[in-house]
Amino acid sequence: MSGAESVADGRSGEADIDRTPVPDADVCVVGAGPAGALVADRLAGDRDVVVLDAGPRFDPADRLARQERAIRPSYGRPDVWGVGGARDVYETAGDRSYPLNHARVKGVGGSTLHWQGMVMRLHEDDFNSASERGVGADWPIEYADLRPYYAEAEKELGVAGASDNPYAPPREEPHPMPAFEPSYSDSLFAEACEELGIDMHSVPNARNSEPYEGRSPCVGYGTCQPVCPSGAKYDATVHIERAEEKGATVVDRAPVERLEHDGDDRVTAAVYATPDGERHRQAADAFVVAAGGVETPRLLLLSASDRYPDGLANGSGHVGEFFMDHLFAGAGGTLDEETRQNHVGFYTSACDQFYDEADETQAPFKLEFFNYAGPSPVETALTGDDWGDALLDRLRDGYGNHVAMGGLVEQLPDAESRVTLADDRTDDRGNPVPRVEWSVGDRALDTIERANEIQVDILEELGADVEWVAGPDATGPAYHHMGTTRMSDDPDSGVVDADCRTHDLDNCWIASSSVFPTSGAMNPTLTIAALALRVADDVDARLSET
Amino acid sequence: MELTRRDAAAALAAVGATGGVALGVRRAADEGSGGEGAEDGDAGPAWDGDGPPDDEAVRTAMTAVARTVYPEAVSGIDAFVEAFLGGRLDGSTHGEGIRAAVAEVESAARSWYDAPVADLAPADRDALLRELGADVAEENPDGTTAERVRYYVVNELLLALYASPTGGELVGIENPQGYAGGAESYQRGPR
Ligand SMILES: Cc1cc2nc3c(=O)[nH]c(=O)nc-3n(C[C@H](O)[C@H](O)[C@H](O)COP(=O)(O)OP(=O)(O)OC[C@H]3O[C@@H](n4cnc5c(N)ncnc54)[C@H](O)[C@@H]3O)c2cc1C
Ligand code: SF4
Repeated sequence: MSGAESVADGRSGEADIDRTPVPDADVCVVGAGPAGALVADRLAGDRDVVVLDAGPRFDPADRLARQERAIRPSYGRPDVWGVGGARDVYETAGDRSYPLNHARVKGVGGSTLHWQGMVMRLHEDDFNSASERGVGADWPIEYADLRPYYAEAEKELGVAGASDNPYAPPREEPHPMPAFEPSYSDSLFAEACEELGIDMHSVPNARNSEPYEGRSPCVGYGTCQPVCPSGAKYDATVHIERAEEKGATVVDRAPVERLEHDGDDRVTAAVYATPDGERHRQAADAFVVAAGGVETPRLLLLSASDRYPDGLANGSGHVGEFFMDHLFAGAGGTLDEETRQNHVGFYTSACDQFYDEADETQAPFKLEFFNYAGPSPVETALTGDDWGDALLDRLRDGYGNHVAMGGLVEQLPDAESRVTLADDRTDDRGNPVPRVEWSVGDRALDTIERANEIQVDILEELGADVEWVAGPDATGPAYHHMGTTRMSDDPDSGVVDADCRTHDLDNCWIASSSVFPTSGAMNPTLTIAALALRVADDVDARLSET
Repeated sequence: MELTRRDAAAALAAVGATGGVALGVRRAADEGSGGEGAEDGDAGPAWDGDGPPDDEAVRTAMTAVARTVYPEAVSGIDAFVEAFLGGRLDGSTHGEGIRAAVAEVESAARSWYDAPVADLAPADRDALLRELGADVAEENPDGTTAERVRYYVVNELLLALYASPTGGELVGIENPQGYAGGAESYQRGPR
């Protein structure tokens, strides 16, 4: 079936699917995004694993129709993967509003269905921000602890990369696939950067530069964000499918509403709803919460009990606090020559040169050289009141000579930037919705300006007419939800310990960027994946002890 | 610039219709009903403007509108639109939306200009679409007539053209969004 509106978002019907609990489960994973999927895949086979996800299982045959939604102006970004409506109500408060439903997907595969797939390792100092940079919080683990897991995560996701980045942390082996070649516009930037003494290097992509484990190489659809029809871009359906092949049970449209515990500080069951209006209890020996950086603290807060009146695993009082995202800094303009943009939807060159200059006043930041600056002609063609030759003239005027740079900037953890439960708004199941209070401090805002200066210098050296700058006033979030169940050795200072196990409950782990104490400025998902693999090993080891 | 079968297949692939299969099915159907040497359109009496238009009538009307909304520089419109619609009129909600919107365009053409849209002079066809409001409307599959005509007729055709390699090339991008034109073109400089 073709057509953007022919897509069923899996919100109705399918009476014949069994969504009842799995008897004698060893491990219950909440959330089928990359974190949950990797945990499930790693444990399945040896353990009885059940994964519960709030959203639907999307039909792979619908991907092209979703791509049509991505291109057609009558669909917003959240519509591509059916986000929004009563299930996904939220509130925002605080300094800056937060567009939560642009920033996540609910369903099997999670937000990686929509993501762009840029996957870097954090830098060594990111784990020691307090001691090395004088601000933020140190992680209770080091880069070295995560290093082998990073390598495994790169293999799991399928990362195309090269070892030409002198600023990247040490690595032991090449990436599983060669990096994507630089773009034509990268070659234009390279001349300007050379003049200015600025280094460009390749960038790791969770996207196949060649066939990888049965998945297609990139074929250039150019709509990576929000949907890759070819499957060349990694998404977590890969690991969900693998886990299922090994015997794991994955239940879709099964939002977990609360976690129950016993008097021995063990979680006993995940209480979840099903589309038929029923509620079920999934019991298990171990629980891994992997519901993303907003829904994870929300679930813990919703699970308040007499013993944990402020929310499960919230003895520290920090559940939901320290909500962080990465801030976008960018600039762009036009050249008087062709720049060949919008053939693909990912970037191929970056600059990490300034990252480790970070200190108390300057945040770590990275720079990106876009391959998708300016309008995409097919999208432009569907708006405006002209057609025929007039439209073609407009398209030709609008397309062809744009250039742009982006960048991400770290924001510091701040207890006032947080996720709580809304006082009086509830979702389709009658549960209080998340309330996101997002605030950003001066260090990040000043660093955005610093990034802008470099970006404008490069663009001017290139001879561009600089037409826009996304500075401190125009910045926005990169849709990376971090910090809300932070990791600490000290039960008073954090929600989980260095193994990502909750301090309060012995058999409950959190696999998510919500455990990041300080975020660095690198996109988080490779680190989430590395932590998830590490969580799986810890769960397995502890289950073996009992 | 000539639109080819490859363009139609590419445009169909961009929107998730299995053009090859649909084309094959249609060819077999033509042979079955028309017999030896049958030409397109000979299969039955032409649609008379009552009730939902059949596939042939939808194709005729869409091809006529394409002549208005496509730039002068493209040729091969008939075969391109036919092949594209072969994949879109597949019984889906979307296909039926196209049919219904075409019926509205035809009904306006017949009542305002006393002729089917395919018989209108180019200036009248352009005026008809503007009088329907399809130029200023934002596309919406569930909207007003203007919004639906914009979605199912005008933008349907523009999407098909500009997500195809030839349509993209007119603008200077041989690998437009929606077209799986490979992971090399972004590396190449201007020609
Ligand atoms: C537009 C966009 C672009 C991005 N680009 C990048 C990028 O280039 N690089 C990068 O590193 N990151 C990127 N990200 C972020 C990346 O997608 C996330 O970091 C990653 O998906 C997080 O993985 P997760 O498994 O923790 O959570 P998610 O992927 O969000 O998955 C969580 C899952 O949990 C389920 N869930 C939630 N609540 C419940 C509940 N109560 N019960 C049951 N299930 C529940 C949800 O339905 C969802 O499927 C991007 C995100 C977006 C939106
Ligand atoms: S450019 Fe490559 S990765 Fe992006 S959507 Fe197309 S095939 Fe997928």
